[in-house]
Amino acid sequence: MKILVCISHVPDTTSKINFTEGDTKFDTNGVQFVINPNDEFGLTRAMWFKEKQGASVHVVNVGGPETEPTLRKALAIGADGAIRVNTAATDGFLVAKQLAKVVQDGGYDLVIAGRESIDYNGGMVPGMLAGLLNANFVNNCISLEVEGTNATASREIDGGKETVSTSLPLVIGGQKGLVEESDLRIPNMRGIMMARQKPLNVIEPVDANSETSSVKFEKPAPRGAVKLVDADNVDELVNLLHIEAKVI
Amino acid sequence: MSVLVYTESEQGKFKKTALEVASYAKAVADQMGTTVTAITFNAGDTSVLGNHGVDKVLKVGNEQLESFNAKSYANVIAQAANNEASKVVIVSSSADSKYLAPLLAIDLNAGFASNVVEAPSSTSPFTVKRTAFTNKAFNLTTINTDVKLVAVSKNAFGVKESSASATAEDFSPSIPEIGVKVESVDKVSGKITIADAEIVVSGGRGLKGPENWGMIEELADVLGAATACSKPVSDLGWRPHSEHVGQTGKPVASNLYIAIGISGAIQHLAGINASKVKVVINTDPEAPFFKAADYGIVGDAFEVVPKLIEKLKAFKAQQ
Ligand SMILES: Cc1cc2nc3c(=O)[nH]c(=O)nc-3n(C[C@H](O)[C@H](O)[C@H](O)COP(=O)(O)OP(=O)(O)OC[C@H]3O[C@@H](n4cnc5c(N)ncnc54)[C@H](O)[C@@H]3O)c2cc1C
Repeated sequence: MKILVCISHVPDTTSKINFTEGDTKFDTNGVQFVINPNDEFGLTRAMWFKEKQGASVHVVNVGGPETEPTLRKALAIGADGAIRVNTAATDGFLVAKQLAKVVQDGGYDLVIAGRESIDYNGGMVPGMLAGLLNANFVNNCISLEVEGTNATASREIDGGKETVSTSLPLVIGGQKGLVEESDLRIPNMRGIMMARQKPLNVIEPVDANSETSSVKFEKPAPRGAVKLVDADNVDELVNLLHIEAKVI
Repeated sequence: MSVLVYTESEQGKFKKTALEVASYAKAVADQMGTTVTAITFNAGDTSVLGNHGVDKVLKVGNEQLESFNAKSYANVIAQAANNEASKVVIVSSSADSKYLAPLLAIDLNAGFASNVVEAPSSTSPFTVKRTAFTNKAFNLTTINTDVKLVAVSKNAFGVKESSASATAEDFSPSIPEIGVKVESVDKVSGKITIADAEIVVSGGRGLKGPENWGMIEELADVLGAATACSKPVSDLGWRPHSEHVGQTGKPVASNLYIAIGISGAIQHLAGINASKVKVVINTDPEAPFFKAADYGIVGDAFEVVPKLIEKLKAFKAQQ
């Protein structure tokens, strides 16, 4: 089985979010970038398929040279090779178009992406990719097994989970549950050394237009101070929630 | 030309988010000088949609569409959009809508904006405000394609009334082959889900152990709320993963969010920030949650929560 894991290069979850150039660009100054958490769960599941079922695992990112350390980290975790499509990821559709070409050229059977990236939260790339490839698609995927060309997956639904059967070629939008937090791997020295020898192919983008464009960013309005209620006066809280906030 | 909106129902009844997206579609239609058409799957009485701005309902009733399937639902919605020559299609941010929307975008060659929180600031160019960086910022986005797809955030635009009446007609689409088959559904029945809840009561590591969740459940019961938890609580196995909220868990956009024994780490807050009113109960006055909350009690959850339950019971009894 040939697996492609889509890796989004995103600011660490603790990053301060600021903008520059008249609030049109994300300010990367002092920001630490990491593998998108949803993608990391997927990558770790892919390592399981590699170790238990002999799958090959490649990782891909659509982005500029600045994303390469993140791809190297995925190689250090254990992916066999990496691909970077050399273009700015200006919208979900453009990214999906680039990925579709990579999947077709590489003959991948299974594409593991994250249900959303934590920067733009579009939640569109995996589904659009499946649509473009006419492949099966499972979103919010929290477990995945593959036997031959048949797959069993479960997805989180509002209020529970759903188990589905499907077949390759398959695209999933993954999240925590695919593996547990404790299964995530921190690259060790050997992995980091080996990653330097592994191929990271840079390929040029196919022609595609963004369907949306970002005009500018805004930060939420600063909020008022918290109203403190004395622990011995819980009645007061009930009153405030009823009369002032009108939520009970 | 009418604006098409996908109004979700469960067991034939419309969800609150369905009325919210209908209200949103009405706002867009007014801006564009057109009408609203809703599409429903196996829904019962659709007249309620008229109260929220829908002019016409396309009713799909088909056994093959009994259970949700992203691909076939997307395909049927695309057929309806083509029939209506719709230039704008609106869906919600439920798990199902988020699943089908990117497929629908490809079917319609539509540019897609998700997590949209306001009516368009302009319809030409078509510009919407959406959340980005997990609620830490907003992004103004224009959709440049001829057909536009918008997924509206939950509890952001709100349900609006408008007195019209909706005509209903049957819509018989062709049903595509599906490649993903549902084998089983595991859903707690009779419990309010985090996605649908108006109020969410959430517990953190400050509650010390799973044996102490009785009071959390009781508080939720009194309020008709859903229960949730912080990430370490689900990682430790005190509560099921399905209750984990935050940046890497479920998003919460309720009217009221009550955090008990939760410190308010940035990743937790990011996921629950879209809630309207936030209450924190924590022993540590320096806990970051106090900076994000509207109301707070500095105190021991084991003393405060039982009192709160008692007071709320008395309050409810009076109502
Ligand atoms: C990549 C990444 C993603 C993450 N995603 C998420 C996420 O999605 N959701 C999430 O929740 N976290 C997430 N986290 C974890 C997050 O950083 C925090 O560790 C976590 O939210 C802390 O959970 P907590 O508040 O329950 O526990 P703690 O931080 O341990 O806080 C417990 C609180 O309880 C209070 N307390 C103790 N005793 C009592 C008492 N008797 N009564 C009242 N209060 C009491 C304490 O004062 C303290 O403030 C993520 C972390 C990373 C690195």
